[in-house]
Formats: sequence, structure tokens, C-alpha cells
Amino acid sequence: MTIRVQSQDFDAGAEIAKISATNTNVGGVCSFIGVVRESADTISAMTLEHYPGMTEKLLAKIEAEAQERWPLEDSLIIHRYGRMEPGEQIVLVVTASAHRKAAFEACEFLIDWLKTKAPFWKSEETAEGTKWVEAKASDDQAADKWSEK
Amino acid sequence: MKILYFAHFREKANVAEEEVELPDGISDVNSLIDWLESRSDGYADAFADRDHIRVAVNQEHVDFDTLVKMGDEVAFFPPMTGG
Repeated sequence: MTIRVQSQDFDAGAEIAKISATNTNVGGVCSFIGVVRESADTISAMTLEHYPGMTEKLLAKIEAEAQERWPLEDSLIIHRYGRMEPGEQIVLVVTASAHRKAAFEACEFLIDWLKTKAPFWKSEETAEGTKWVEAKASDDQAADKWSEK
Repeated sequence: MKILYFAHFREKANVAEEEVELPDGISDVNSLIDWLESRSDGYADAFADRDHIRVAVNQEHVDFDTLVKMGDEVAFFPPMTGG
């Protein structure tokens, strides 16, 4: 169970290898990597800011909730902040379990939650200047589906 | 009371963090916002759209009717856009 909030990039392959190598009860590892993409406005970069202290506290809480809901052997969340250009990695979620179903579901749960409930805010550099990204209703719906279960 | 401002709240109010002495009559988040709005045009602009204000007291998400007091850490920010 690891949480890292950092400005520097991460090596997803090395992180995943570490998880499967250190726990032989792991039978499946699921990972999600969020990447900065160019939107219709063609962004040149995005900057993520967060609430230091509250971010780490909430991430630890949601990771503990995933542990309770699924039989996970291990999990990892790395979320970056600062300025990132298209193609750069923003976030990594890794879940490991004896079987694939728990790993898949917990991974989706964690990233859905991160999109709407973790105190991060994105601003995009566009042709017309810097704009704060607005929250999407579809992301809220994705996160809400987990509370109905 | 320590107040933190994130994203467009910081830009419009032109402050990231401040220590304030609460005037009499401020008991909850609602009355705190009313008072902050009255401080300058920048603050008024930051808090104009109440539907888009999210607030945390002592790093816990709360509703606007939550009580606040001196010594609390209060943070204002828009809906989150992480991931």
C-alpha cells in the first residue's frame, strides 16, 4: 500500500515489477496510467496543483477503502503535480490481487475516485491563455456508480 | 483562522494563504463566505458562484452549514479535476 504525490515522473514498468516480485501471492496486476493529451483547443501544457496534506490524507483513506472492498495483495497510487506537456504521465494506479477480477475492479474504482474526489486542479495552456479545467458530470457519474454497490 | 485558496480562488482573491481574525457573528462556512465576499471586489468575484465552491475545514470536506472557529484551517477550491 503506497501513496506518492510528487512532481517528478515515474517508471511504471519498474513500479509494477516491484509489486509482483515482492509478493508471491499476487496472481494478477492491473495498472492505469493517465497521460496528458492534446485536446480540441490544442493545449501546449497543463499544470496540476493540489492541497498538500489533504491530498495524502484522502489518498490513504481511499486506498484503505479499496483494501476493504477487494482482496488486494498490494496497491500503489502515484499522482504528479506541476507542469506537464502532452505525452507526459500524470497518474499511476496499480492494484495486485490473487485473481484478476479484484485487481481490475479496484483499479477502476481508484481512478474514478481520483478524478472527482482528490484535491487536484488542472489548468490548461491554450491559444487563448491559461484556463482552469471544469469538472465533468461524466466523471461524477463514474465515481458515483461505486457508491451504489 | 488560517484560510487557504486554491485554483481560481487564489487567482481572483490574489492570495494563497492568510491568517485572519474573525469578526463577531461568523459561526459557519456560510457566514464566513459572506464576510470574505465583502472584503474586496476580488474576493466577491472568487465567491460569486456558490454552486462551484467546495470547502474543507481541517482538511475534511464539509457543507456550508458546518461550524467554524478560530484555530481552524479552512480551504476554498472548485470541484476537483484530478487523475
